[in-house]
Amino acid sequence: MDFVQNIPFCSILLTLFSGTICSMLSKRAAKWVNTAVIIITGVMSVILLQYLLSTGESFVYWMGHFPAPWGNEIRAGILEAAMALFFCIIMLLSMWGGRKKLDEEVEESKHNLYYILVNLLLSSLLALIYTNDLFTAYVFVEINTIAACGLIMIRQIGRTLAAAVRYMIMSLVGSGLLLIGLCMLYDLTGHLLMSNIRIEVAVIMADGTYAIPLVITVALMVVGLAIKSALFPFHAWLPDAYGYSTISSAAILSSLASKGYIFLLIKIIYRVIGFEVFNSTHIINVLFVFGLMAMIFGSLSAIKESGIRRMIAFSSVAQVGYIYMGIGLGTRTGMIASVYHIFAHAAGKALLFISVIGLTDVSGFSRRFVDQTGAGYRNKIAGIGFTVGSLSMVGVPVFAGFISKILFAQAAVKNTGKLMPTMIVLAISTILNAIYFMKTVIRIYTPCPDCPYEGIAMKKEKLYAVSIILFVALNIALGMSSQPVVDAIASGLDMFG
Amino acid sequence: MSRKKTEKEYEKTFACHFFRWLHGEKDLYVGQMEMRPQEVYQESKEEAEKRQRAKNILLNKIYGRKKSKSIKYLELFYRLASILFCGILIYLLLLTVSWLPPIGVADRPVNNEVSKRYIEKGLEETGAINIVSGMILDYRAFDTLGESHVLFVATVTVLIMLRLDKKHDNGTDLSIEEAEANDRNYEPKNDAILQMSAYVLVPAIILFGIYVILNGHLGPGGGFSGGAIIGAGLILYLNAFGFQKTERFFTEKTYKWISFGSLSFYCIAKSYSFYTGANHIESMIPKGTPGAILSSGLILPLNIAVGLVVACTMYAFYAMFRKGGF
Repeated sequence: MDFVQNIPFCSILLTLFSGTICSMLSKRAAKWVNTAVIIITGVMSVILLQYLLSTGESFVYWMGHFPAPWGNEIRAGILEAAMALFFCIIMLLSMWGGRKKLDEEVEESKHNLYYILVNLLLSSLLALIYTNDLFTAYVFVEINTIAACGLIMIRQIGRTLAAAVRYMIMSLVGSGLLLIGLCMLYDLTGHLLMSNIRIEVAVIMADGTYAIPLVITVALMVVGLAIKSALFPFHAWLPDAYGYSTISSAAILSSLASKGYIFLLIKIIYRVIGFEVFNSTHIINVLFVFGLMAMIFGSLSAIKESGIRRMIAFSSVAQVGYIYMGIGLGTRTGMIASVYHIFAHAAGKALLFISVIGLTDVSGFSRRFVDQTGAGYRNKIAGIGFTVGSLSMVGVPVFAGFISKILFAQAAVKNTGKLMPTMIVLAISTILNAIYFMKTVIRIYTPCPDCPYEGIAMKKEKLYAVSIILFVALNIALGMSSQPVVDAIASGLDMFG
Repeated sequence: MSRKKTEKEYEKTFACHFFRWLHGEKDLYVGQMEMRPQEVYQESKEEAEKRQRAKNILLNKIYGRKKSKSIKYLELFYRLASILFCGILIYLLLLTVSWLPPIGVADRPVNNEVSKRYIEKGLEETGAINIVSGMILDYRAFDTLGESHVLFVATVTVLIMLRLDKKHDNGTDLSIEEAEANDRNYEPKNDAILQMSAYVLVPAIILFGIYVILNGHLGPGGGFSGGAIIGAGLILYLNAFGFQKTERFFTEKTYKWISFGSLSFYCIAKSYSFYTGANHIESMIPKGTPGAILSSGLILPLNIAVGLVVACTMYAFYAMFRKGGF
């Protein structure tokens, strides 16, 4: 076995351990440990990705001295490594961009607790990415949920506390459904390891004895994960959680925490249930319909919103809808488009959250639209960041969002039954996106000579500027050189099969 | 030969106290404990008005009491629909459970090679007589590692929510001293009955917890259950004797070091075991003779680590909810 194959195990354990270490450190030291751990994990993921691209084969890694169905196991393929790398990049940039705000909004003595939560969240995301065992996935889903609650309420104002309670209740309903589904799946198949369950599921479907309970089990797990990733009818927890928490938390939650669950769902579809079996159930159509509804209603809610941060939060609902719509198409190309959109949305949404805080800060800390007039001139770098993020979300060429929209459209063409609804809703949703994002961009670039607010010099906020520039570069890189990414996703999905 | 005691000596004996209590001459608890009768809560007029105003705002703005009739009907419909939905869901789930493989039949899917190997080879491969311990701390140790970090992250979240600072910072929160004074408002200090029973029970409870942890690999028990018992003992001690006495041996620093020490030991020990296992290197840890107290490799130290984490977590939760600090 090559030494490189230890990387998934190392990155999970390193991030987990760094969380424990941060509990003993001062604020400053915890900050550095956090940054170092994210960078080390990112570098390790690059090495792993290179190794996997050169060998072209996935591998499994025993967690302990016992082989597959008895012990725990993790597994790494191209898609897993790419996801881990991407999550590390977004997390690092989000932490950098929100650092100043974090210092202002969070009590001095609770900073190291924040870094513990971030480290444990990263560790749980990595475990969700790499795991090959459903129960391990559930354990780390729990860590992810609790850490996310902490991230929301670390800024202690009334709205965040209410949002955290709401998030906790909704999220626990999701976890509960996932756990019930898992128990029933274990009862039906007698395994917890993904590959073994898949063999048993194929037997059950061929046999037909337990086919109905199996479908209900799958439905429970899918609905559980959909609640946790804020698919349309279950999104009530989202706007306040993203709209009022400290900005790093909002960026991390919207672009990483919910995406971890979606990735787990994709993994369950491919590695536990089997793509063909899943497509033959009607669950996929339900996901498709909810995805379409989310694309429209999320955008409509965003248009109605008068606060800029809640507007961006509602836009997340629409974007999650895109991802579920792609899964619901039930084709390989649809799935590739969905995975690509996970990347594109994470890059764009984190950039929007980070740059919007720069805009509100130079508008007297107000979130209302009217007060943002001319904010793009007062904080130039945030204005550029917001514009790029908006263009990417709307789907303008050169930026990442364009590629995902074109991939969705291409995928829809291959599915004759769902072609018309997909195309129509895609068009409507794009127009709605354009309405609220362009409205904001025009607003922040309307000169406002009478405004009482003062501009800000970027020399004072170097870290913030650097993070926005890197985010912009990431968006453009994803949009300009999409082919290698799409190829990697395609080969990664093939490795799942 | 009997020896006669003087009056003064007799007054100190147990028999004297007992007979005086029996004849109703003296109540032993008078003067021994702080008796503060609970006061009837009386609201000042301003506060009552303020509360009424807040309630009205809540009813009007959030629940929309003054809104039109159609919204009221919509709310009624919403409630009925949600009850109906829950009913249907319960029916469906019960139906599904009835379709699952029957319990107690030999050819259930669960009776496969996985459980067979756990039962037949568990003792030989892990060295633990208690198969469950062998399963959670050796076969599937990664899950348990995650589980102990769930406790850790839960404590961190409770700390964020409830920990108070030593001093006032923004005027809205109480300082830790005020919280402690507040805590005593409706409870007597130094309750003699409670103190006496704690005096008898706490050592027994903690010893039993330690026994459960140390015997986790030999019989029913283990870190999670034993830790919960120790935590309960600590909470009882705290209730009886108050924070000042507990602080002599359990402060925030102790909590931090214990949980840091046990979690990092857990992490490092299991990293070693995962690393050697995955790279097919022989592990250096001896299994020992099954049945001896020092046996079954890493399971015993891991049980101790888990037990410490659980006990500290339980105590920390209680202290946080009680006054927002240790």
